Order: sequence, then C-alpha cells, then structure tokens
Amino acid sequence: MADEALFQFLHNEVIQYIYKSSEHGEMENGRCITKLENMGFRVGQGLIERFTKDTARFKDELDVMKFICKDFWTCVFKKQIDNLRTNHQGIYVLQDNKFRLLTQLSAGKQYLEHAPKVRKHNGGKLTCQALFIPGQLSPHEWFSLPLSLQYLAFTCGLVRGGLSNLGVKSIVTAEVSVMPACKFQVMIQKM
Amino acid sequence: MTNAELFTLTYGALVTQLCKDYENDEEVNKQLDKMGYNIGVRLIEDFLARSSVGRCQDFRETADVIAKVAFKMYLGITPSVTNWSPAGDEFSLILESNPLVDFVELPDNHSSLVYSNLLCGVLRGALEMVQMAVEVKFSQDTLRGDNVTEIRMKFIKRMEENLPAGDE
Repeated sequence: MADEALFQFLHNEVIQYIYKSSEHGEMENGRCITKLENMGFRVGQGLIERFTKDTARFKDELDVMKFICKDFWTCVFKKQIDNLRTNHQGIYVLQDNKFRLLTQLSAGKQYLEHAPKVRKHNGGKLTCQALFIPGQLSPHEWFSLPLSLQYLAFTCGLVRGGLSNLGVKSIVTAEVSVMPACKFQVMIQKM
Repeated sequence: MTNAELFTLTYGALVTQLCKDYENDEEVNKQLDKMGYNIGVRLIEDFLARSSVGRCQDFRETADVIAKVAFKMYLGITPSVTNWSPAGDEFSLILESNPLVDFVELPDNHSSLVYSNLLCGVLRGALEMVQMAVEVKFSQDTLRGDNVTEIRMKFIKRMEENLPAGDE
C-alpha cells in the first residue's frame, strides 16, 4: 500500500516535468494542462474500474455525485468534500476547504520559485473558466496561471475520469479562492 | 477501492506519457531516474521527520534502514537485503512484489524499458542528501521475465556537506 506522501511527491514531480517540457517549446496552446488533465482522467478511470465491481448501481446522477464527494474523495484525499451544491440542472459545485494537494503548496516554498505572476479575474477571485477547453490557453496564459491552478488540472481529470467510468460524461473545472480551499465545478454533458 | 492504486496508476500514466514524449527506452529510463532523484532529495526530509531514525554508522545499517523502514513506510513492502560484496560496499534488495507494477505488462517494443527506474533515482537522491554517493540499478525485473525484482546498490563515496544539489 503506497504512502500518501509518495503520491504527493510524484504528483508534484509530474507537474514540474510537464512545465519544464513546455519551456522547451515542445507544447503549444495550453496543452500542458490538457496533458495533466488527460493523465488524471486515465487514473480516475482506473480507480473507479477496480471499485465498482462491488457497488450496486447508483439510482441517479445525484447519487453518483454523492459517491464522488464521499467515497471517492475519501479514498483519494482522505477526507470528504465539505460542501456539495447543485442547480439540479446538471451543474454541481464541490467545495473542499482544505484540499490536500494545495495544503502542501501553501506551506512549502520550494515549488514557488517558478510561480508566475498571479492573474485575477472576477473581482479578486482566481478563476480560469477556459482551463480545460483544449487549445484555448496560449503559452502566455499558461505561464500566467498561478501554480495552484496548475496543481488542480490532474485532479479535474481524476474526477472527469471517475465519472466517465460511472457512465457520466462531464466537463470539470476548478477554482481557487483562498488557499487551500478550492471548488470543482462539474458540468454534466448529455450523451 | 484503496489509495494504493492512486500512486500505482499515476505512475503508470507517467511512464505512458514519457514513452510518448521520448523516442527510445533509454531516454525514458534516464528521465525516470531524474524525476526519481528530484523526489528523493525532498523525500528524505519527510522520511527523517517521520521515522526518528538516527545517523547510520555504516553502509550495512543504511541497507537495513532502507529495506525495513523506508520501503515499509512508503511502499508497504520489506525487501530482503542480500548478496553483499566482500568489501561491504555493494548489496542487493530483493523485492518479492513490486507495488509499482501491479497490473502492468510491458508491450513487446519496450524491451529496454526499466519500468520502475524512478525508484533508483529516489534512492540515489535521498542518500545524496545524507552525504552518500551511490549507484543504484535494477539487476532483475519481474516485468522482464525474472522471478524476482532485484535492486543493486553500490556505495561510491562519502560526500562533503555542501549546498543541496539543484534539480536535475
């Protein structure tokens, strides 16, 4: 059973690798985030694949989201989602007040050497709605992203991948307001 | 669903990505070693903080700590320490099972890939932070058809205490 710290170290190093590769011009147009998100997607699929052999089928979409918020989040991040909101029309907002992959970032300075200038939108809230639409982030925009959002790309993919294997197609974005709290927005796509 | 798989799956996704990014297995092996090194130089602090292990007196003690404390803490396995060289500067870690390779099969066109090479870098980086220069490599690998997985570690020299090495 691999220790949680090992995953965090690996996750950090993966981000650094993707970031460094982009500096050498090997990537264009925000494919860094797409790469990270796609990796997370495959991992999310893999995690759910092994689990749902035992679980009874979920009765509806909300049930699936609750599973993500409780069982899935606990397994991966050792705690549940703190708050789930929905408009009952296919949009869910998952709030984690102390997101484990950000707590290390707040505390440790070592990865902040590369931190680009923070860019604020929406009256002081750090958001990036275009995060996961492939090709829509220019290299300049990627480098303007706060490191915290780069850190969330993998997890967005993780959620999207998990949902995918539960039969739910989605787009997942993330928003950081005050570290280490963050929100994941899930938009269900009708198949 | 256990958390063990998060690391294993993420590692698999990384290796897959590296195989796409690099043209040949040797390059992937090198990159895994580099990344492992970067992890190792940070992991050592985490290890020392959580294990309350003191300074090792010699290489034999180091080997025991690596096998019985570090591997247990991070990977949940306890490799055996064997095959000591007569000079006492080289030994093997024998892993009956390797958590990194659960459900992994190497495709035919990757015969030179050392899938778990990250581990070599981690060990090398961690030990460098405690002033030990070592060479680490896989001499047997169950993914390549061997019965066990064997990591060979060789002590090169004691290093001067100086500023931590930068990332590779």
